Amino acid sequence: MITAAAPIVTARLSAYRDSHTLERYLATGGYDALRKALSMTPEAVHSEVNTASLLGRGGAGFPAGRKWGMKRPGPTSYLVINGDESEPATFKDHLLIERDPHQVIEGTIIAAYAIGAAAAFIYCRGEFALGLERLTQACNEAYDYGALGANIFGTGFSLDLVIHPGAGAYICGEETALIESLEGKRGFPRIKPPYFPAAIGLYGEPTIVNNVETMSNLPWIVLNGGAAFAGLGVGSSTGTRLFALSGRVRRPGWYELEMSKTTFRDLIFDDRLGAGVAGGGELKAFIPGGVSAPWFGPEHLDLGLDQDAVGKAGSMLGSGSVVVMDDTTCAVRAAWRITRFFHRESCGQCTPCREGSGWLEKVLVRIEAGEGREEDLDLLVDACDNIAPELGWPPQQTTICVLGPSIPSSIVSGIRMFRDEFLAHVKDGGCPFPPDRLASGAAKGARL
Amino acid sequence: MAHLSAETMADGARLAGCYPERRSALIPLCHLAQAEQGYLSEEAMEDIAALVGVTPAEVRGTASFYDMLHTEPVGRYVLAFCTNIACMLAGAYELLEHAEELLGVHAGQTTPDGLFTIEEAECLADCDRAPCVQVNHRFVGALDSESLDLLVADLTAGNRQTEIPQHGVLCRVRRAVDLPARRGAAAGARSEKTTFAGGAGDGGAGS
Ligand SMILES: Cc1cc2nc3c(=O)[nH]c(=O)nc-3n(C[C@H](O)[C@H](O)[C@H](O)COP(=O)(O)O)c2cc1C
Ligand code: SF4
Ligand code: FES
Repeated sequence: MITAAAPIVTARLSAYRDSHTLERYLATGGYDALRKALSMTPEAVHSEVNTASLLGRGGAGFPAGRKWGMKRPGPTSYLVINGDESEPATFKDHLLIERDPHQVIEGTIIAAYAIGAAAAFIYCRGEFALGLERLTQACNEAYDYGALGANIFGTGFSLDLVIHPGAGAYICGEETALIESLEGKRGFPRIKPPYFPAAIGLYGEPTIVNNVETMSNLPWIVLNGGAAFAGLGVGSSTGTRLFALSGRVRRPGWYELEMSKTTFRDLIFDDRLGAGVAGGGELKAFIPGGVSAPWFGPEHLDLGLDQDAVGKAGSMLGSGSVVVMDDTTCAVRAAWRITRFFHRESCGQCTPCREGSGWLEKVLVRIEAGEGREEDLDLLVDACDNIAPELGWPPQQTTICVLGPSIPSSIVSGIRMFRDEFLAHVKDGGCPFPPDRLASGAAKGARL
Repeated sequence: MAHLSAETMADGARLAGCYPERRSALIPLCHLAQAEQGYLSEEAMEDIAALVGVTPAEVRGTASFYDMLHTEPVGRYVLAFCTNIACMLAGAYELLEHAEELLGVHAGQTTPDGLFTIEEAECLADCDRAPCVQVNHRFVGALDSESLDLLVADLTAGNRQTEIPQHGVLCRVRRAVDLPARRGAAAGARSEKTTFAGGAGDGGAGS
């Protein structure tokens, strides 16, 4: 059941064509939350966010208030907002940046005030040309309006904000790689410990890294109170969340839903949401939270969109993106494409990730092309086990960052759920799904 | 003498002043250079190195890590076809193959007239509009082969130049202020290595 009564927290303005303008933002109560926050103490704002129990929306789901509390004390600290959104099938930050840049900025100023940041940076994915233009425009407008710069709204609080463009590298979404990139370097993740950003972050100073959607929730929380936010959802999954639905579904799109109250079945099949499988076929599998997440089958459809419930069932709600596969989807090809992504995007620092992703991709191409052997299935699982020993979830980490241990998710899911389909490729010497071959360019270079 | 235009150098110097450490401006400056030249020339990398205080080799080494930064010339229009999971399920590879036939080049290549480069892209965060295509990082729609033909004809005829500037032009809105808050709060707090110096006037080191 969808609870229509839940308030819209972050996608408030998306119905307006001019939602990105300061005019529209102000006409709908924009920057009221900032004024209110600045009339409170930073500790009081922090405490509201703690009460809200706002979970980070970037993928790991760590409580924002708790993260802020872990910041190493020091005279200079920074706030960095992660708008690098590149997890395949995730498109909610893109929406928030393009449609409501002032909300992102207002949330950022509120957070900077609460943690006492010396400056704030919004790292926006480089491919978001329109998003960059809108964020930069909104930033200029916010300065003009007095919401940024010296002595904001005459309160004595001052803050500078810089909109920083990325340049095309998935790994820069990982928070320590993001910091390296923001320092003008290659996006190589740093090893944790000691490089937890809250301790040693940007320019070596304590730094809080939070996601764009996390920030977009703050104006509402300040205006309505942390308790009102915590009143939405169930247990630790509080508030609402933007879910991105794509793949073989009739109405792909983003939907803001109260956490936990809606199930995957609602999201995919309800007429107001996904409206069912495209082409009227059968649901075969779905990915519950970005391509790093293990797959679910039809038996998981009645799980709520709830961080703990999905975690207990062996996957993750991750970035809030759900991909639907139907009976026309080839599981081998799906696993191959996801693996190809990780191979292309591995930063190359760790051997299991760099080499493992390449070998896995090659073996998958071989199977898809009908040139595989039965042993290849064990080979895949073995190689996955080398990257993430015991193949549990959450995975054990053998590498600097968690990109590596995320690689096995799709392959292990695919083989566990669709072993016969993998074997059919081998036995029949080809893919049973049309088109019966990989596009020439895609297969080239990946052959063993 | 700088190789980049005086305007780009001035913009670049100003941007570099917006960061506590100038090197942070390296990637934004690469975008500015690409906006002027369409790609990152050797000379542009020298200018950037001087602006942010690193060696040209460091600029090249950093830029080469990033997919959007091109150290070789590319087409005026870079057509990026997302083939990741959601788009693949909507026929992205078939669309990409159609583009390759239409333009007579493979992904990663540029047409001999220098007009088009085709790229196989990773997820572009428009997965609800699949298969997703961007031209010079502007979303042009979920396309099929017919609408792709029309798009290519339009671009060839020069019909979409206001909406889709030449490759390299990323953010057409410039930051209007430097760091007005800095003087108050942060300036005193940081240690010696602080290079908060900035603003339009004093950022021209090396130009
Ligand atoms: C490979 C990788 C890619 C990531 N990409 C993103 C991303 O694009 N956006 C994001 O907000 N977080 C991303 N994260 C998570 C960040 O490291 C970090 O946890 C997050 O930005 C913190 O924000 P939050 O606490 O508000 O969720 C990624 C993590 C990994 C390991
Ligand atoms: S796990 Fe992969 S992406 Fe992460 S640091 Fe190691 S090589 Fe780089
Ligand atoms: S999968 Fe193609 S835009 Fe996301």
